[in-house]
Amino acid sequence: MDRATRREFLKAAAGVGMAVALAPRPAAATPATMQEAIRRVVGTARVTPGRVKLELPPLSENGNTVPLTVSVESAMTAEEHVRAIHLFNEKNPQPDVASFHFGPRAGRARVATRIRLADTQAVTAIAELSDGSFWSASANVVVTLAACLEDA
Amino acid sequence: MAGALINVPERARRGEIIEIKTLVSHPMETGYRRTQLGAPIPRDIIRTFVCTYNGTEIFRAELHPAIAANPFLVFSTVATESGTLSFQWTGDNGFALTESAAIRVE
Amino acid sequence: MSRLAALLLLALATVASAVAAEIPLAERRSGYELMSRETRAMQDDDAANPATLWVLDGAALWTRKTGAAARACADCHGDARDSMKGVAARHPAFDPVRGRPITLEQRINACRTERQQAPALAWESRELLALAAYVARQSRGMPIDVAVDARTQPFVDAGRATFQRRQGQLNLSCAQCHDEQWGRQLAGNVIPQAHPTGYPLYRLEWQTVGSLQRRFRGCLTGIRAEPYEYGAPELVDLELFLKVRARGMPMDAPAVRP
Repeated sequence: MDRATRREFLKAAAGVGMAVALAPRPAAATPATMQEAIRRVVGTARVTPGRVKLELPPLSENGNTVPLTVSVESAMTAEEHVRAIHLFNEKNPQPDVASFHFGPRAGRARVATRIRLADTQAVTAIAELSDGSFWSASANVVVTLAACLEDA
Repeated sequence: MAGALINVPERARRGEIIEIKTLVSHPMETGYRRTQLGAPIPRDIIRTFVCTYNGTEIFRAELHPAIAANPFLVFSTVATESGTLSFQWTGDNGFALTESAAIRVE
Repeated sequence: MSRLAALLLLALATVASAVAAEIPLAERRSGYELMSRETRAMQDDDAANPATLWVLDGAALWTRKTGAAARACADCHGDARDSMKGVAARHPAFDPVRGRPITLEQRINACRTERQQAPALAWESRELLALAAYVARQSRGMPIDVAVDARTQPFVDAGRATFQRRQGQLNLSCAQCHDEQWGRQLAGNVIPQAHPTGYPLYRLEWQTVGSLQRRFRGCLTGIRAEPYEYGAPELVDLELFLKVRARGMPMDAPAVRP
């Protein structure tokens, strides 16, 4: 191909390449956006790792349904109890998973549920105590795609 | 059609911590999926769950698309008095479901 | 080793490979046994098993009068907990009217159209799955016991042929994965032996309850074969064969599977 047409060809190819790169992609959470989401809940307070027990299977059988249990050891009295537990992820399209609100009438600060995980990632739980302190725990879950993909 | 399945002990001792299991029928459409032709499927999820015990709120959950379809929630409460536990789910597209269960506390 | 021994070994190996395909009765494992602890826990607790929602729907439909005949299932069959015991464990069963075995879903629709004078329920509709889940629930714990006799044998054989036939762009037969490679990992999941003890079931991949025919069509798509239509005789014969292959194994419908 002569120089003129090759230049045209390369420009066209670059144009196509650019267009593909700029095509809209759904926003995905990242460890950074997860931190932002945590900040929105916690404000400027310090988050201390500990006191929260986050139970997740290390290898999920299917990312659509991953069983999760989160608990905080607490007497759950009016004077000293867990106010809320917030769950976050780092690779789903958005970082929030759920927020659970308790009071002394809960008896136990413990919730079990099932979550969706789009990819292998860490899940973080932030507990908010009645004294205003924040505690956290994280767990990693390996998520694989189903082996045989069916059409929906 | 069964909207939700509630599991609450029929009776409990005063002061006993009881475990409540709830399972509600809902696809929890995330809003991030597309049809085979590429059209986006709009978000349709349950956003809030509230449990009240004789009218007093004892547990509340805010749910996001990352909660799995047919949301399953297990939580606890102290059995203080006989009466009614009421469960309410609300969400997108005006979704609202209320179920209740009686409990006898001795 | 002596030439005779070598020849004997070769002969045995050849014979063995022809029948080694089939899993010995004592080595049969249900998909339940190959699942993770967490997924088993989901199935074991009726209060946690999402399929229970469909069973409850089915119980409600069972007593609802419907069709031009304004008849409910209960009007003829009474309490399903008695009358439906073992029914799912015996299906697919030979239907003299159609001259061939039919599945539980087809039986339900036959009753609807013939006895209730109501339109048939669509495959994979909430109502059909709910009724099938409710009826199958009544066989929980009972051994699979489909009839193999002069009438059903040709269909069992046809089902076996489908099971052993290579299909699709990937040129795989069901037997290659489910007889020969069961127990091994395929991506994040363990390949099961493919015993239909738990249908209709809540599949985590579907996020809903589905029938065995849906699962077949999914597998066929997975090996890049054209999936048979819902209700196709190939799928019914395949289900019959799988039930024969799983004879004696306890039903655990409605199950949970990855």
